[in-house]
Amino acid sequence: MRRNVLPGLRLSLGVTLFYVGLIVVLPIAALVFKAASLGPEDYWRIVSSARALASYRVTVLAALGATLFNLFFGLALAWVLVRYRFPGWRLVDAMVDLPFALPTAVAGISLTALFTANGWFGSILADFGIKVAYTPLGIMIAMCFTSLPFIVRTVQPVLEDLDPALEEAAQSLGGSDFAIFRKVILPLLTPALLAGVSLSFARCLGEFGAIIFIAGNQPMSTEITALLIFIRLEEYDYPAAAAIASVLLITALVMLALTNWMQSRALRYTVRS
Amino acid sequence: MKIRLDHVVKTFETFRAVKDVSLEIESGELVALLGPSGSGKTTILRMVAGLEYSDGGQIYFGDQDATDIPVRDRGVGFVFQHYALFPHMTVAENIAFGMKVSKVKREKAAIEARVAELLRLVRLENLGGRFPAQISGGQRQRVALARALAVDPKVLLLDEPFGALDANVRRDLRRWLREIHSELGITTLFVTHDQEEALDLADRVVILKDGQIVQQGTPQEVCRDPKSAFVMKFLGDANVIAAEVRDGKAYASGATIAVSGLADGKAELYARPADLDWSLQGPGIPASITRVLDRPDGRRVLATVETGEHLEFDVEPERAVKAGDGGFVTLRRAKVFAIG
Repeated sequence: MRRNVLPGLRLSLGVTLFYVGLIVVLPIAALVFKAASLGPEDYWRIVSSARALASYRVTVLAALGATLFNLFFGLALAWVLVRYRFPGWRLVDAMVDLPFALPTAVAGISLTALFTANGWFGSILADFGIKVAYTPLGIMIAMCFTSLPFIVRTVQPVLEDLDPALEEAAQSLGGSDFAIFRKVILPLLTPALLAGVSLSFARCLGEFGAIIFIAGNQPMSTEITALLIFIRLEEYDYPAAAAIASVLLITALVMLALTNWMQSRALRYTVRS
Repeated sequence: MKIRLDHVVKTFETFRAVKDVSLEIESGELVALLGPSGSGKTTILRMVAGLEYSDGGQIYFGDQDATDIPVRDRGVGFVFQHYALFPHMTVAENIAFGMKVSKVKREKAAIEARVAELLRLVRLENLGGRFPAQISGGQRQRVALARALAVDPKVLLLDEPFGALDANVRRDLRRWLREIHSELGITTLFVTHDQEEALDLADRVVILKDGQIVQQGTPQEVCRDPKSAFVMKFLGDANVIAAEVRDGKAYASGATIAVSGLADGKAELYARPADLDWSLQGPGIPASITRVLDRPDGRRVLATVETGEHLEFDVEPERAVKAGDGGFVTLRRAKVFAIG
């Protein structure tokens, strides 16, 4: 190991690695171990059952939809929070963190109350023939709510640090506002957006509390994967729960790897030769 | 393109940054706005660019009133102190940016040819594919200049263009910018707080203080004939000696100099280090040497006058002087300004 001037590397490295091992690696290893206790045929039968497949579909589609929505809305919110100061700015800024602070079950119950056919929003939407509660759309809305802060909070600091001279330079070169946003600002925000997207998507995949109240939980249509795992657990079918959970785990890992790779590509320009 | 500022005013929340400035810059001229920080020089430049709107007065480009034309339509090239290169674009892409976003559509081949031409002009032929993080500060500033020139601006504006660079690079770039200016003949206005840079580079120097022009002229005019103690001090090292004016002559402890146009009364005498000399005999200002600083081009002597004032002056490298010597400081030339 290279000699380091700053003291305490061994101790802090040891403590943190032990902690990461205990809290993160061990449970995941247990999960994999449990799932592996099934034979390959049993494993495949469980993870590819019609009910499991339906749950993947609704979970992943809703998570993609929610993440896409938050990509736009979160960027817009971060933009407004950084670029403008308005009465109540501090309140809005604080509200962004609310989905983190609020117990997700509370969020789920409030959203359900709002979006049921006789709720405030639900009754209005019902007039247009749109049903939210107990449909995949409801799942998506619950996911949007709980994952909103990720994009806002990853983009906000980058946007704040953006040198105003870059935009001024682009303006003096004749760029329109749209051209400046698309060619200068957006590329510089891309790494932060990707980080936010991957966190947001991973959170959506695993969300449970906020969704089960609004989803209706009908097998084959509005049953999310996390709930299916929970049901298998309640049936004391631990290997099956672990097997389905491993699919979620792999999906999240693939997503993280993919966005990390895209991020490093987007940041190529910072590498000194 | 001739630029004219007509009674321009700019007020920020807390203070008036620019107070009633009128200025004319002839077509093809290279003019320096020189002043200490807070003198309003950058604000003036930004108003000419359109990056800041004036609160009063007019800015003309030629005969056209450009006061309310937004920056993107004003046709200026602006070079920022910290380059403001787009970090995610290569050098060539940076230079091409203005041509790509322009309302005037250009052929891809024409853009590439123009980029190559500009890279040659700024002597960076081989660096087109690098990112800004991969080149040196001096190279970045040259890219910034090429990028500004790419859109064929009517006016080139530079905000402390060499401020972030080290002394040697700065001197090279100065000479080089002068060459480019002679080659292109584009009207150029630049801001600096470095008097040497302004005098080296500019056809005309405009000296600012507290948002107002205090003097303007060719480097020769402002150096040889500073109109105020501020300009005298700001342009270079100056010794200040208390003096008294009587009947067209200024008397300072042991030295006398003829002055014209000054009323009798208290005054201050300003002399550059090269305006003073050292002699073992009088007449002169009696003084004793406290320190001698050796420099490549001579010896800088620090001396204390009997009244406690400190003087600095230069003597030839061969001159034998040392700390503790007593003698007289003689005056070759000096400027006298009334106090108040």
